[in-house]
Amino acid sequence: MMLIDCPHCGPRAQEEFTYERTRDSVVPLDAAPAAAMATLYARANPRGEEDEIWRHTLGCRGWLELRRHRMTHAIVAVRPLGPAVLP
Amino acid sequence: MTGTRSTRWPQGRYSALALLRGALGGHRHWGRAWRAAEPRASYDVVIIGGGAHGLATAYYLASQHGIRNVAVVEKGWIGGGNTGRNTTIVRSNYRQAPLQRLLEHSLKLWEGLSDELNYNVMFSPRGALFLGHSDADMTRLAERGDSLRAMGIDAELMDVDAVRRLVPLLDFSPHARWPIQGGMIQHRGGTARHDAVAWGYARAADNLGVDVIENCEVTGFVREGDRVTGIETTRGAIAAGKVAICVAGNSGHVAGLAGLRLPIESHTLQAYVTEPVKPMIDTVIMSQSLHCYISQSDKGGIVAGGDPDGFPSYAQRGQPVRLEDAIAQAIALVPALSRLRMVRCWSGVTDMSFDGSPIIGDLPLRNLYINGGWCYGGFKATPGSGHLYAHHLATGQPHPIAAPFDLPRFAQGRTIDEAGVGPMPQHR
Repeated sequence: MMLIDCPHCGPRAQEEFTYERTRDSVVPLDAAPAAAMATLYARANPRGEEDEIWRHTLGCRGWLELRRHRMTHAIVAVRPLGPAVLP
Repeated sequence: MTGTRSTRWPQGRYSALALLRGALGGHRHWGRAWRAAEPRASYDVVIIGGGAHGLATAYYLASQHGIRNVAVVEKGWIGGGNTGRNTTIVRSNYRQAPLQRLLEHSLKLWEGLSDELNYNVMFSPRGALFLGHSDADMTRLAERGDSLRAMGIDAELMDVDAVRRLVPLLDFSPHARWPIQGGMIQHRGGTARHDAVAWGYARAADNLGVDVIENCEVTGFVREGDRVTGIETTRGAIAAGKVAICVAGNSGHVAGLAGLRLPIESHTLQAYVTEPVKPMIDTVIMSQSLHCYISQSDKGGIVAGGDPDGFPSYAQRGQPVRLEDAIAQAIALVPALSRLRMVRCWSGVTDMSFDGSPIIGDLPLRNLYINGGWCYGGFKATPGSGHLYAHHLATGQPHPIAAPFDLPRFAQGRTIDEAGVGPMPQHR
């Protein structure tokens, strides 16, 4: 279990949050087909740290960016996300 | 299956006679089931991953294609990854034709596997039952059953009375949390002993000359331009004519060592087992509406599982919340389970592909191949997966059954999306 420090609500239990996608998988609206496919389908999927988009679904419903280690589950950084980068 | 099978069996063929002879001698004559091979400088084919899929691939390369200069490199020990972490269910009753062909090919191999390997994999076709909880469920099951029977795969739609006769311990009351309206069973489905599958393939492959190398983790690839010529490992470099990745759960990590990005995310999936009890469930109970699956092992423990954890992780441990959900589902379906003690829970890392189907075939680098993306359903495919992958490695061409599962299907819009949820591994 992880304790996620929501920038709006403070530290809350992981079960309140939903994983959405990786930070680098948001397809720009003007992306060319090849770039759009790569962004949509290809993942680094590292056994290490990755930037991820999560949502505080059962809390403030705000969108967050987490930098999280996928082996240790250590959360390196949390920051709020604005509409500009949302899918 | 027929193959160029060796009768060498350095430790002796397993048989009732050998068992009897062992009994007279205090069972002291049994040797290792496979050699502790040291890595050699080069092989025709190096298979990365000593799970059952990789070992099966090596076995079929040797037995069907006569390619015996093969190594299987495993970072830990044989059967220590997902092969020993699944819930051992075997079935072929999928919805879409490519998956039906793939899993039926595998099921047919399961049926003769113990004999083929001279190793009891305890394949037990005790029936795989899907429950229907609503009119919509029953319509969906009937549709799937029709498509299965059209493909020549057995499927039987059952009304609630038939389900009651088969599994009387289910909660059939109208006030049940998930009322039962009927089901659909594949009688040829069932379970197998997962460890035995890995051990049996390892022993049979070793017998044909394959080197099974444990405690040997891949740390990189040796390349000449766009061609892969070998691997770097914790036990030194190994040159290879072909390198076959077969590490479902860690496909993203290993492909990453070659600089590739795959349509795969690694997620954890949990399962648990109770104390052993006398036989109480003699079929495999599944509910796809709940994502719940329950069976009783031959040792007597009730083995069950639920949903994946829902976010990417390589940690082989799960969240208590999801485990509680899985237990609650099982108890709601079979209330008698509430009286049992759970003895163990565990978690495996699943390769969640972006359409829910496996990826078998070429990678953008020459001489490098992939077999992965099995999501949470790889165990049942073990013999077929190895058989088809071996065909591809030996001939350079995909087997017709495996051809739809190539990597370019994502870019070409040919995804095989059984659940119809799109490229969202966490919602599968």
